[in-house]
Amino acid sequence: MPGITREEVAHLARLARLELKDEELDHFAGQLDDIIGAVARVSEVADQDVPPTSHPLPLTNVMRPDEVRPSLTPEQALSGAPAQEQQRFKVPQILGEE
Amino acid sequence: MTVTDLVSYEDALAAYDPVMGLEVHVELGTKTKMFCGCSTTLGADANSQTCPTCLGLPGSLPVVNATGVESAVKIGLALNCTIAEWCRFARKNYFYPDMPKNFQTSQYDEPIAFDGYLDVQLEDGEIFRVNIERAHMEEDTGKSTHIGGATGRIHGARHSLLDYNRAGIPLIEIVTKPIEGAGERAPEVAKAYVAELRELIKALGVSEARMEQGQMRCDVNLSLRPQGTEKFGTRSETKNVNSLRSVERAARYEIQRHAAVLSSGGTIIQETRHFHEDDGSTTSGRVKEEAEDYRYFPEPDLVPVAPSREWVEELRATLPELPRVRRNRLREEWGISAHDMQSILNAGAVDLITATVDAGADSASARKWWMGELARRANEDGVELAALPITPGQVARITALVSDGSLNDKLARQTIEGVLAGEGDPDTVVEKRGLKVVSDEGALGTAVDEAIAANAAIADKIRGGKVAAAGALVGAVMKATRGQADAARVRELILEKLGVEG
Repeated sequence: MPGITREEVAHLARLARLELKDEELDHFAGQLDDIIGAVARVSEVADQDVPPTSHPLPLTNVMRPDEVRPSLTPEQALSGAPAQEQQRFKVPQILGEE
Repeated sequence: MTVTDLVSYEDALAAYDPVMGLEVHVELGTKTKMFCGCSTTLGADANSQTCPTCLGLPGSLPVVNATGVESAVKIGLALNCTIAEWCRFARKNYFYPDMPKNFQTSQYDEPIAFDGYLDVQLEDGEIFRVNIERAHMEEDTGKSTHIGGATGRIHGARHSLLDYNRAGIPLIEIVTKPIEGAGERAPEVAKAYVAELRELIKALGVSEARMEQGQMRCDVNLSLRPQGTEKFGTRSETKNVNSLRSVERAARYEIQRHAAVLSSGGTIIQETRHFHEDDGSTTSGRVKEEAEDYRYFPEPDLVPVAPSREWVEELRATLPELPRVRRNRLREEWGISAHDMQSILNAGAVDLITATVDAGADSASARKWWMGELARRANEDGVELAALPITPGQVARITALVSDGSLNDKLARQTIEGVLAGEGDPDTVVEKRGLKVVSDEGALGTAVDEAIAANAAIADKIRGGKVAAAGALVGAVMKATRGQADAARVRELILEKLGVEG
């Protein structure tokens, strides 16, 4: 029986950098379990001859030629950055003290 | 930090058998990034080569670079791989600011090329087959600068600055199967494999594969198992080893370190390690807090790549002669030993010598100048041989001037010095510096007469049959002409004037 445990939801939340309170974990674990259960019913009707779909369109080999197109200016690229320094995106400390 | 205890290399190999896995990342030399049309030119202003796609802005859509896919297929074919008939890209999810999208577009369980091999030649000529697990397409990350730490390292930094010009540049990751049976030659095999792969990539024309510029990087996975056992030991992964010499040193160091830990009853921790160029050691990176969980899933924004068999065969037909085969052919043509050829390969001189020969020089002279004077200069200046400001055509011209007697070796060296100093092509340097051999027989005759007169005792010895003594008189003439005489012609003149047969 597919489903998702509260521990798995906590693990996913940590990977996604989401801080969830205990009651939120309970709440979402229940909801996600229902959703996964509903989606799982698709596999019950799909037989071996129905492959998993990752792309809805029957397209392959969509490629572009290796030709340079104009980029954004550094000002445009940085316009949405919360912080910048030396024409670079400034990000908070990556590793804490060890 | 305490110095890690090592056991001697010989003792380590007596007790343990090394198994390696090598992961090499090659940055392709395409004009644009893998999934957008931003330029890949090096040295551009920070964040001047980005767009909504490589910055991961909402609503942007990637489209794969046709040349990137073609390069991947060529690399796969050259590595004797099977080319997938159909494969997809996948998202490798992780939070780290070097990728603004919060995922790297890569390939997961459907690499474009798989199950191949590369035969590498060791210094004594032995061929060792390295089996290839896979080669897949992905993209490079942005470049971080860490601010506030003592040495620019991430540890202790207050904050970091990101330049995303490199984010999205096409990468091909080539992964070997476990390399077993190399024994004490494991470090040499690792180095020879990366060297051969670099030559192959260059011959395919898909990348310049300059390791010192990070266009080719190697991760060395290594484990030991007790001699006579089958089961692999726990491995360490030494990241970003960026020169051929370092690949060999890193493998050697890890063999000695693992052996020290295991033989004292300890256990190897599976971890990433950093290599230090200065002393050839490795130190622990972060021990991963939990198993990697990248939550790979098929990239919905890119359609599958399905290389047609016709296209694959067309590309196969364009593959150049394999570098190893070419080197063996050249070695025979040049009439040199395997060891000499290896030195030429290590010096990065194969193509330079070939081009010099193509420009008219004989192979012995071409080798002599590139592996002698020019290699010495490159070493002094700390640059690659190919980066010296002299062309194979210019070297060929100098060898021509030597062989027609216009220059002797000493003057040729001065001519090279002039060309390297930017004084112009060889003929201009010879002209400006007045380097021509004194071929005016009259002037030379006078100098010879003077030398004979000034060294009567030696002249008598020569008349008496001691032809070898002529060397002293040749020296005197060369000194008088400040080295600008053809020594062989001077010797002839001396013997002629003294009435002796050479």
